[in-house]
Amino acid sequence: MSLFNIFNVSGSGMSAQSVRLNTTASNIANANSVSSSVGETYKARHPIFEAEMAKASHQQNSSHSVSVKGIVESDAPLLKEFSPNHPMADGDGFIYKPNVNVMEEMADMLSASQSYQMNVQVADAAKSMLQQTLRMGK
Amino acid sequence: MAINFENGLGIHQYSLGIRAQRAEVLSSNIANSDTPGYKARDIDFESAMNSARSHQKGLQMSQTTDKHFDLKALSEEHVQFRVPNQPDTGDGNTVDSQEEKSAFMQNSLEYQMSLGFLESKFSGMRKAIRGD
Repeated sequence: MSLFNIFNVSGSGMSAQSVRLNTTASNIANANSVSSSVGETYKARHPIFEAEMAKASHQQNSSHSVSVKGIVESDAPLLKEFSPNHPMADGDGFIYKPNVNVMEEMADMLSASQSYQMNVQVADAAKSMLQQTLRMGK
Repeated sequence: MAINFENGLGIHQYSLGIRAQRAEVLSSNIANSDTPGYKARDIDFESAMNSARSHQKGLQMSQTTDKHFDLKALSEEHVQFRVPNQPDTGDGNTVDSQEEKSAFMQNSLEYQMSLGFLESKFSGMRKAIRGD
C-alpha cells in the first residue's frame, strides 16, 4: 500500500530538516565563541542531503526518502581580529572568530522549519486519507 | 446473476490506486525539496488510467514465464519527470514546493472523492443483496 510509504518518506524529510535545524542552532549558538588559534575555532556546520540519487536517476521508483549523507564544516576563512587586550589573544595579539554568517543561518533556519512543517502536513493528510480508507464500508 | 466486483465497482477502484500512488510521488517531491540534484516527478494520470481501464476490460496478459514483464513494473512507467518552471535553480533541484503542496492537497481531495464513489458503490451493492 503506497499510502504507508508516505510516512517513511515524510518522516525521513522531517528528520533531515531537524538535523539541519540542529546544525543551524549550534552555528548560531557558537557564532561568538572566540579562540586563540585556527584549529580550536568553531567552524560553521552544514548537513549534506542526498535523495538516494542513484535510485532517483536510474530506477523509476515512485518514492524517495531523504538521507543525510553527513555534516561538513565550512571552508570559509575564519575572522581574524586584532585585539591585543583580549584575554584569549595569541602572541601576535590576534583572536579568531567562527566563520558563521548569522544572517545566512537565520534564513536557513526559517527554510528548514518551513520544510519541516510541510512534511508534517503531508504526513497528516496521508493519515486522514488512510483513516478514511479504513472506515470504508462501515 | 452473481455480483461481479470488477464490474460493480467500476473504474473507481483503479483511480483510487493511482491517486494513492500519486500521493506517494508528490510526498517524495515535498520531502526532497531541499535535496540538491533531485528532480521533481509526477504521475501521468490519463495514461495510468487508460492502462487501468484496459486492464479492467480483460486485456491483461497472463504471465506464463518469469521472463515476462511484471505488470507492476510497467505501471511505474507512468511516473515521469516534471518540466521545471525555472531553468536553473543553482543546485539542480527542480521542486517548486508551493506547487507540489497544492498538487498534493488537490490529489488528496480527489482521493477522498474516489473513496466516496467507491463507498456509494458498496452501499448500492449491499442494498441489492439485502433487497430493501
